[in-house]
Amino acid sequence: MTAPVVVTGLGVAAPNGLGGQDFWNATLAGKSGIGPLTHFDSSRYPAKLAGEINGFTAEDHLPSRLMPQTDRVTRLSLVAADWALADAGVTPADLPEFSMGVSTASSAGGFAFSQQELKNLWSKGSQYVSAYQSFAWFYAVNTGQISIRHGMKGPSGVVVTDQAGGLDAVAQARRQIRKGTSLVVAGAVDALLCSWGWTGLLTSGRLCTAAEPTHAYLPFDDRAAGHVAGEGGALLIMESADSAKTRGAKVYGEIAGYAATFDGAEPGLRRAVELALADAGVTPADVDVVFADAAAEPELDRVEAEAIVEVFGPHGVPVTAPKTMTGRLYAGGAALDLATAFLALAEDTIPPTVHTEPAERYGLDLVVSQPRAARLRTALVLARGHGGFNSAMVVRS
Amino acid sequence: MSRTFTLDDLKRILLEGSGAPDGTGLDGDVLDTDFADIGYDSLALLETASRVEREYGIELDETVVGDATTPRALLDAVSAHLVAQAA
Repeated sequence: MTAPVVVTGLGVAAPNGLGGQDFWNATLAGKSGIGPLTHFDSSRYPAKLAGEINGFTAEDHLPSRLMPQTDRVTRLSLVAADWALADAGVTPADLPEFSMGVSTASSAGGFAFSQQELKNLWSKGSQYVSAYQSFAWFYAVNTGQISIRHGMKGPSGVVVTDQAGGLDAVAQARRQIRKGTSLVVAGAVDALLCSWGWTGLLTSGRLCTAAEPTHAYLPFDDRAAGHVAGEGGALLIMESADSAKTRGAKVYGEIAGYAATFDGAEPGLRRAVELALADAGVTPADVDVVFADAAAEPELDRVEAEAIVEVFGPHGVPVTAPKTMTGRLYAGGAALDLATAFLALAEDTIPPTVHTEPAERYGLDLVVSQPRAARLRTALVLARGHGGFNSAMVVRS
Repeated sequence: MSRTFTLDDLKRILLEGSGAPDGTGLDGDVLDTDFADIGYDSLALLETASRVEREYGIELDETVVGDATTPRALLDAVSAHLVAQAA
């Protein structure tokens, strides 16, 4: 039996809350972070709503040395990592540098930074392109900058599997801890709300073009017509249960099971759920709540609802999608769902799905409008990435 | 008329392009302090060289960034170009 891998710290940067407590309070209150785009002029784009993080001033948190070399996504990642370490009560400088690693997922890298540099290239010439463009755009940059800032030289990497990446990066961290790394900063933050990023997102055909925030992202609803994109995510401090115990750390819970599948002739989501439950050594009856991927595309909603109903039975388990308050944050979204699951376990409260009126044909017990009190010990988090990625993770307190 | 490139010019460009250093810093007599000790890595020097080239209309040899490990060495390298430009 392998030793359990536990989570001892959470760092959250979300459209409806900065910091774990702020985010959790907003989530329970049903406070949405979705609104009209303000980061750039969206008047000529078909989709005009987003889950933006407002009120984040990177200079308040990070040294000026990092400003010229970082995209917004890296600044958010660095600050979320700082918050997670503080929450865990960890001072990296006190620990052996090769005993700590960083495992993040990224869907897009640093888009706004790259947009600016491409603009410089085309309008002024190559000598006006920042030397820092060489890495500031790159998927692995958040991992690298966190690693440098905290002197973490153990096994580190990045996973690029769209939304599923938020879970895949945590699973990778679990592997590294099982192999002997003491502590891993794991999770994901995505942020690509600039006009170039927006153009890329629009090509998916999955962005909702509704004008009203309350009508824009309605998973499992007959009115479902795509999602709202957002920015943010969460980073988690992961350690072996032994190491957490040795240092007397507060423990949110355990990463108990995980599986990833790929869509083939049949969608792979159900298989991912079954394999993750088996990996955790639990039965469907043990699962107290499911955090849905919640694509808000009729076909994808049907596939997810079917997978849940086939495993748990009709109305067999409470299901929720608090991401209806943030928009889909891509890799950051799945990591944020994991953090939310741990907060829910700690408070025996299922956060709500807002604005959605679930269609009866899906057979889901969707927790809508208000939080629901429930005895929670085990949660299942689902995430699907564009192109056929499915990941499922079981966490327990 | 030939332009000059002083330590103050270099400090200004370093701060603009790469932010305040995370090492011993730019205060005091740093002419002969290694950039690495001041707190600027090779990429910061690449960015600095590129900004100097833009501002002064010169083209520095690619080896300058690797060879000029102190402010004095970089000032000398740039000054040599400025003299050549004026001649």
